[in-house]
Amino acid sequence: MPQNLERLQAIVTDPTLSLAQKARFLSLEAENMLPYPETHAETAQALADGILCDLAEGHAPYKPRYVLPDLSVLLTKGSEYLELDPPETLDEAINCLMIAFHHVPSVTAMPVFIGHIDRLLLPYCDGVGETELIGKIRLLWRYIDRVLPDAFLHANIGPHDNRVARAVLQVDRELQQVAPNLTLLYDPELTGEDLLRLATDNIVACSKPHIANHPLHAAAFDERGYGIVSCYNALPAAGGAGTLVRLNLHEVARRARGIDDFLKRALPHFMDLQFRLIQARMDYLFEQSGFFDNFIVKEGWIERDRFTAMFGVYGMAEAVDHLMGLDNSTARYGRDAEANTLGYRISEAMAARVEATPVRHAWRERALLHAQAGISTDLEATPGVRIPYGAEPDPVSHVKALAPHHAFYPAGISEILTIDETVKANPQALYRLCKGALASGFREFTANVAGNDLVRVTGYMIRLSDVEKYRREEGSRINTTGLGAEAAELTGILDRKPRVIAHEYAPGYGQ
Amino acid sequence: MNMPRATVSKLLSFSCVDGPGSRMVLFLQGCNFSCATCHNPHTMAFCNDCGDCVAACHAGSLSLVDGHIHFDPTACDQCDECLRICPIHANPMAQHMELSEVLDRLRRDSVFLDGITVSGGEATVQLKFVTALFKAIKQDPSLAHLTCMIDSNGHLGPAGWAQVLPWTDGVMLDIKAMDPGTHKRLTGRDNTKVLESARILHDAGRLEELRLLVIPGLTDSVAEVAALTDFINGLDPATRLRLNAFQHHGVVGSARDWPAADRACVERVATMLEGAGLSAVARPTVYL
Repeated sequence: MPQNLERLQAIVTDPTLSLAQKARFLSLEAENMLPYPETHAETAQALADGILCDLAEGHAPYKPRYVLPDLSVLLTKGSEYLELDPPETLDEAINCLMIAFHHVPSVTAMPVFIGHIDRLLLPYCDGVGETELIGKIRLLWRYIDRVLPDAFLHANIGPHDNRVARAVLQVDRELQQVAPNLTLLYDPELTGEDLLRLATDNIVACSKPHIANHPLHAAAFDERGYGIVSCYNALPAAGGAGTLVRLNLHEVARRARGIDDFLKRALPHFMDLQFRLIQARMDYLFEQSGFFDNFIVKEGWIERDRFTAMFGVYGMAEAVDHLMGLDNSTARYGRDAEANTLGYRISEAMAARVEATPVRHAWRERALLHAQAGISTDLEATPGVRIPYGAEPDPVSHVKALAPHHAFYPAGISEILTIDETVKANPQALYRLCKGALASGFREFTANVAGNDLVRVTGYMIRLSDVEKYRREEGSRINTTGLGAEAAELTGILDRKPRVIAHEYAPGYGQ
Repeated sequence: MNMPRATVSKLLSFSCVDGPGSRMVLFLQGCNFSCATCHNPHTMAFCNDCGDCVAACHAGSLSLVDGHIHFDPTACDQCDECLRICPIHANPMAQHMELSEVLDRLRRDSVFLDGITVSGGEATVQLKFVTALFKAIKQDPSLAHLTCMIDSNGHLGPAGWAQVLPWTDGVMLDIKAMDPGTHKRLTGRDNTKVLESARILHDAGRLEELRLLVIPGLTDSVAEVAALTDFINGLDPATRLRLNAFQHHGVVGSARDWPAADRACVERVATMLEGAGLSAVARPTVYL
């Protein structure tokens, strides 16, 4: 059997995959039998060398990477294609949304954005009692976790304080599910201290939600707004991102002779290759894939001209340390002002180049710079512009070292602050830290509280109890390896992928 | 003007365990107790420039300059060997900080903070500095919102408290033991001044909380707990009492052989205290 068919056979017979997981991996294999959209030799070489990374988006982009539908359009007008009348009650509205989620694609084949959920539902809440509202949100949350089990699926609440946002926080804290991920858009003028405190108390309990600095994000987008999706990506509402290609800054630094050579030659050179790849992928999506004939475009959930291209970067920490070394300096990223300042210069230079470079089909004809949160297979390249794990200073110094970067990354930048479990007895401390970070220019505030079951990995959540369950079962496997067929079955159980996974980071079979 | 300066064992930019909310913490060097259970024994004494640590410093951070220990923080890799070797429980890495330096740090970080706590060592050993610092904070409009707290062993007399309390928002006070003999065994000193401090602070409305280190066989006895309950009930049964569990972390000397307090032991003490009418007993968040 030819090798590619053997691979398909392996997927079909893999005992560790669910039916849906098999179907998805088969479709990815099929897509990747088509030719790659960009064949420019230097770009292909940069991809092969790991300087550029397309995050395994696939050879034939037939859907945008991230889609942020404006579901208020569906709720106001109904849908001709789906034969849905505009809803009149809360039950009808939630039902409409549950149907809609299934028709919104993304790179994971699952939605990454289920809307500004409080704004969507609030108009249907008159006359709905508190207990009833919480009950309905609880069922919606259960549905999402069981039917759309992807850690990248995001709900947004805020910036206005309202009873749906509060109900969401209450249910989210109670259920502690991986999906949906949750972001509170916080505006000191609109949100109020009270709702922020509820949110930071939730972080203390379950490391969710994630707090977005609404005034900074709102200024980067337009009156139609934005949403926070997937791994802290800020994208135009009623649009999204056509593609996300990322640049490994550490690899670029390794190909530079010094700081000057990096800034003047190596960085612009590889950024230009990255633009080439972005353009090729955008061209394919917009000109060949036929995606924009989809009913969600025709009915106005999304608009063709509201899709940006994400210009991702990562490995800043290692790049800066490498360049400092070439300069005979021992200054370290995250710890020393000299190294941090070089980091800011690099971010500023990249932002200027991204703002100056046209990208066909992209929203405002430009890509948006994004500090990419990394994938689990990254080696020697810390996510985005983060400080490497284990080298983080105290939370205040940590925030201050990174805050100057945040102005340069309109499509999102994230830093996960790990806070000692002792904060559980003093949640005010986390609230203050959050306010301090946002006041210092952080676009996003995210914290993991040690001791919580729900923990963020790079940008998505996992449950430690799942890991623990896995570990326990591994022990039992080792004790039964001599038992032949039974052992094989046990092995299968052990290796089964969790029901709720981060699909974006399982980009293909065996990856 | 001759501004006081502090000998600082360590400055933490962010702490969530040294008082309410997010706090900067100054660990001041020097203590007037010598507790067997101390988990920061290197904060007890002031360096006498003996130089024993210089040879132990493999990073070359420590040297003797004109007969005084000189510490270069940029070379230090925080192995803490100098702390282990110091024969008098001092800290050769302790730094002198001017009042203005501390105020500058606070101004730079104030958006992240609810307040500042001075701890130790025993913070009130450097009372002149603490008073000047708190007064300067309260008189600076950009800092006056920060709460000023002291973490203390209570071995300070009424005159000392009268000096610092006008600028202090609260004091977290350790009661090491109620029985004078046990207290002396644990700390080297009598507890009369400690109990007097608790009364002074309570009367002034500045007793943020009392703290008891639960040590199995020493401070968890029925008699100890009963005496403590009587004492606190005499102040106010709603006074917060934080129970800390004795652990071996950081401890040197004979107390390392004492049993650590586990959750069951702390819970037993907490139940006794609550049964006797105390309404604000706080348990540890984490057991090591």
